[in-house]
Amino acid sequence: MANSVLYKNPILFAVVVTVVVLIGTVVTLFYPMMTAEMHPKLEGLKPYTPLELAGKDVYQQEGCIGCHTQTVRPLKAEVLRYGEYSKAGEFAYDQPFLWGSKRTGPDLARIGGKYPDAWHQMHFEDPQSFFAESNMPKYGWLKNNKLNPSDVEAHMKALGFPYKPDEITALNGKSELDALVAYMQVIGTAVKKPAAQTE
Amino acid sequence: MSDYQYDNQTVKGFILSSIFWGVVGIVVGLLLSIQMWSPSHNFPPFFTFGRLRVVHTNGLAFGLGIGAIFGISYYILMRLTKRPLLFPKLARFHLHLFNVAIALAAVSLFAGMNQSLEYAELEWPLDIGVVILWVIFAVNVFGTIIKRKEEQMYISLWYIIATVVAVAVLYIVNNLSIPAGLFKSYHLFAGVNSANVEWWYGHNAVGFIFTTPILAMFYYFLPKSTGMPIYSHRLSIIAFWSLTFGYLWTGAHHLVYTPLPDWIQTLAIVFTIFLIAPSWGSVVNGFYTVGADWSKMRTNYLTKFFIWGIAFYGLQTVQGPTQALRVVSQLIHYTDWVPGHVHMGTMGWVTMTVAACIYYIIPKIYNTEIYSEKVANIHFWLVLIGQLMFSITMWITGIQQGAMWKAVNPDGTLKYTFMEVLSKNYPYWQLRTVAGLIFTVGMLFFIYNIHMTIRKGKALVAAKA
Repeated sequence: MANSVLYKNPILFAVVVTVVVLIGTVVTLFYPMMTAEMHPKLEGLKPYTPLELAGKDVYQQEGCIGCHTQTVRPLKAEVLRYGEYSKAGEFAYDQPFLWGSKRTGPDLARIGGKYPDAWHQMHFEDPQSFFAESNMPKYGWLKNNKLNPSDVEAHMKALGFPYKPDEITALNGKSELDALVAYMQVIGTAVKKPAAQTE
Repeated sequence: MSDYQYDNQTVKGFILSSIFWGVVGIVVGLLLSIQMWSPSHNFPPFFTFGRLRVVHTNGLAFGLGIGAIFGISYYILMRLTKRPLLFPKLARFHLHLFNVAIALAAVSLFAGMNQSLEYAELEWPLDIGVVILWVIFAVNVFGTIIKRKEEQMYISLWYIIATVVAVAVLYIVNNLSIPAGLFKSYHLFAGVNSANVEWWYGHNAVGFIFTTPILAMFYYFLPKSTGMPIYSHRLSIIAFWSLTFGYLWTGAHHLVYTPLPDWIQTLAIVFTIFLIAPSWGSVVNGFYTVGADWSKMRTNYLTKFFIWGIAFYGLQTVQGPTQALRVVSQLIHYTDWVPGHVHMGTMGWVTMTVAACIYYIIPKIYNTEIYSEKVANIHFWLVLIGQLMFSITMWITGIQQGAMWKAVNPDGTLKYTFMEVLSKNYPYWQLRTVAGLIFTVGMLFFIYNIHMTIRKGKALVAAKA
């Protein structure tokens, strides 16, 4: 077995290894990619507005997925804590998906509309004034970073999201913190949710 | 000894670079561990947890991990083909380009350029740089093997070839993106599809960066340093093919209970369980190799690095599949259990094995002995204790978190708020910092030992001249 030509010809070996690693890849990755079940979209789901997209960019820039997930599992306690479990069709405009893998902080899949804008502004500035034992970093400094409307417009174009010119001009003077709050408020709102019972 | 020159300078350059990036990654890791229990240690904008975490993971996976893989693979390659690298100047250029790329990568991550794809955070211009680095590596690997002076390809070469091929496929597919400016892009894939692509990549990056190249090192350096041949060649063949076949199906075990189609999750779980077999194929091979003479554990200081390293690989590859099961996943997923798991693999298996290889290579390059076996033993015990304390602490707090999150009162309401659960983590997170410190001190002993060995070697060379 070990004396076969396979172990003497590196090119043949590489070709065989490539085929071997591609089998699982084709079945679990390329095949589903070509089916409709991997591209679902809820009826109520809308593309991000320029301000929301800018906020989503900030979410990525600050590495928020390091501590927050955006997917509620269909488990009893999870639905009680966060709200309706996540649906595949909610994420059609998320490139990439931002489900995360660690909950140092709570899941955010149903954060949209849960608190008023002012709550988020104040919480980002000083999380410990809301929850004394919170370990979240302060993000008030994002107020000092003004959005660049032409960058945001380029991002909207890259994703092919529709927008009106006045939505771009409205970004003038807005900060990264404003954008982040706008993004918080739209997360998970395509699904009607029953109120969660506790935090 | 032989009539050709090995390019030791490039090998040494990669090894020292990887140690340097390793120190950066570990120091950042320590700061992160402090930020977990002391948020006032966040220093915006560059030194906040969210930005630092990716510097930590990328610095260690790509700086320490890939750097060591490039250098040690070149070393193995030259010995197993009985010839110098086919393109030694290209290899030297590879080393410089590697360091430039890692430095730029670190700067870009500090600056917040982050694709938010775990282990693929780098933005598209750097992705292109990584691909160039990989192509250069592939050219030298294949060129040198094709022109080899040894008929058979030893096991380590199989694992190196598999690494070259698989990482290329994984990295390119997952990094396909739509550029939206020089430093910004969006994933080509959306929603559940994006998730499936990312974790197919993410899990197999573990497979083909933290597993196959490290196994290549293990299969080469264990027999070299103990003088005992690998127990079973047949077992290594079976383990190799079943590992490379099975790995690529398993990514979705990171997405259990998410909206990803159930059949992909289930298939991933099944193949994850299957992977125990080939993983333990290598574990058994390692143990039975040394089993011919266990006194080597006492008499040869490198043996215990390799045996404990492969033992952690064995534990890792049982714990991992267990975590994939739905009944376990629902409890520990998203908790601190998972970093506990990851760090057993990286601090136990990968770092121990790589350190042992470096202990073997550096004296060989200078034709001398290690500076101090005693210092190496202190290094060994400190990293072992630090890593065990880290992982065990995180497993305990992870189970506690998971259990408290799902606890309900008799009337069906939740028992604890999120903050109540979080505040229970603090003592464990503080202990983890202590564990990290112990590990870091161990690594400092390692660096000191390598430094002194090089000094000794240089003095020998100077004396001869």
